[in-house]
Amino acid sequence: MKYSIYAFLLAVALAIAACGGGKKESTETAAPAAEPAKPAAAPVDEANAATVTGKVSFTGSKPAPKKIRMDAEKYCTEQHGGQPVESDEVVVNDNGTLANVFVYVKDGLGDRTFPAPTTPVSLDQKGCLYTPHVLGVMTGQTVEVSNSDNTTHNIHPQPKNNQEWNVSQAPKMEKVSKTFARDELMIPVKCNVHPWMKSYIGVLKHPFYAVTGKDGSFTLKGLPPGDYTIAAWHEKYGTSEQKVTVAAKDSKAVDFSFKE
Amino acid sequence: MSREGAEMNRQSSLSAEQLYPVKPSGEGRHRFACFAAVCVFFLIIAGGLVTSNDAGLAVPDWPLSYGKLMPPMIGGIFYEHGHRMVATFVGMLTVILALWTAAGEPRRWVRRLAWLNLTAVVAQGLLGGITVLYFLPPAVSMAHASLAQAFFCLTLTIAVVTGRKWIEAKPAASPATSSSVRSLSLWLVAAIYVQIILGAGNRHNAMGILPHIAGAVAVMVLVGLLVSRAAKQCPPELARHAHLLSMVALLQTILGIVTFFIKRAAVSAVQPLPDRIWSSTAHVALGALTLATALILALRIWRLGATDA
Repeated sequence: MKYSIYAFLLAVALAIAACGGGKKESTETAAPAAEPAKPAAAPVDEANAATVTGKVSFTGSKPAPKKIRMDAEKYCTEQHGGQPVESDEVVVNDNGTLANVFVYVKDGLGDRTFPAPTTPVSLDQKGCLYTPHVLGVMTGQTVEVSNSDNTTHNIHPQPKNNQEWNVSQAPKMEKVSKTFARDELMIPVKCNVHPWMKSYIGVLKHPFYAVTGKDGSFTLKGLPPGDYTIAAWHEKYGTSEQKVTVAAKDSKAVDFSFKE
Repeated sequence: MSREGAEMNRQSSLSAEQLYPVKPSGEGRHRFACFAAVCVFFLIIAGGLVTSNDAGLAVPDWPLSYGKLMPPMIGGIFYEHGHRMVATFVGMLTVILALWTAAGEPRRWVRRLAWLNLTAVVAQGLLGGITVLYFLPPAVSMAHASLAQAFFCLTLTIAVVTGRKWIEAKPAASPATSSSVRSLSLWLVAAIYVQIILGAGNRHNAMGILPHIAGAVAVMVLVGLLVSRAAKQCPPELARHAHLLSMVALLQTILGIVTFFIKRAAVSAVQPLPDRIWSSTAHVALGALTLATALILALRIWRLGATDA
């Protein structure tokens, strides 16, 4: 009896200690150790910079879009007039191109470093969906998350190389500003309150990335002359790569194609 | 006649009340323990719904929810905070049961069991908090799921051993003849519990499905052995109980197969779908019932004993 009571009291003490350990609205894990600073490379000569453009097409029959069930919360359903909403997982444009493809320079920049822009990148929660579905950001650049809905969301990125966090955001609450210290492709973001909500964030050390939109095109500007590997990532169809060589003031076209 | 045999004869001639004097409040405490066990079962279902709906992190903070005692019950918050509310209720029941048992139970081992039960529910609450604060580490989620079943077993055991049938039962005169059925019944409980852990490992992405499938085969083999031996060596009511266990275990195996295929078909779904949610949650719940059926059978076999074939 005596030892059972001691065990119970110990468990209660641990409970009190655990209660003091968590934060109220956001929790974060320890960040991985930061990489050592690399020497700055010569700045990019913009007068001689090259451009790579292209489009990402989809070959084959357009897959039937998956419908999202928002009946877990009436407010979400009402935002779409009670009609089923199509998932952003595969968006084939009318011109046969693919939207939400993250295109980026995978290789070829050497040990150049680029300062992170001070302008934040925005991620909004509207109609119980993340907007945009795919976005790119530089290491150290701020991602500013806003909640345009009149309901509570939580923003939960699930990185492998960066600090994980999970923050709730009530209606009209101030924006949540976070950065990612290490490059990582791609970080899924989910809302556990509304499990259909998904977004993907590509974090790079350089600014040469783009996300295809309604016309399926992309443009990578300001590239120093050289040999590059350009990669295109899609959440369902994976990654495709192409090599391209650009000279000073060059403009090259690189197209990608995905299929079911 | 040996001294041990004489003592067995003396005990078997005593009434239940002389052997285990139980106060009049024992019946009320027994019913309360049964109610608590049923509530623990529903808590397991509530927890299963949290995982099935991918709502484990719908409430980022702990022990409060969005800084409050009662957050808006929308979407995944409904499942996660609902689970916490049921857990709080079960925690209170467990405290009452421990105190009531301490006050009214003459058997020291039962009083210790009740305190152990309380320790388990406190540990379970802590594990639940750790899973939230550290973003569902697979090992911790697995431990939380496994301890839930162990806690259910403890509460169930208290309910069984405080019942009149347990108290009034007279142990078999020749327990040595039932040793194979006794140990087999315990091995089966252990095997089902390990199988549940393996299932939790797969469900929380800590391991693949193959160990769980192998475990299912092992459990069904043990169930078959126990049913055949119970039919020959146990009183009819225990043989029927073993047969019931085989039906429950078979149903659970079938449900597991169905759940596997539903999960595989839904692997590219954009959200948890109703058929996957309910099949996987039902599989968790029936797993708990299978364990409960086996545990009660084992307790009864140990209490009532068995005779030679």
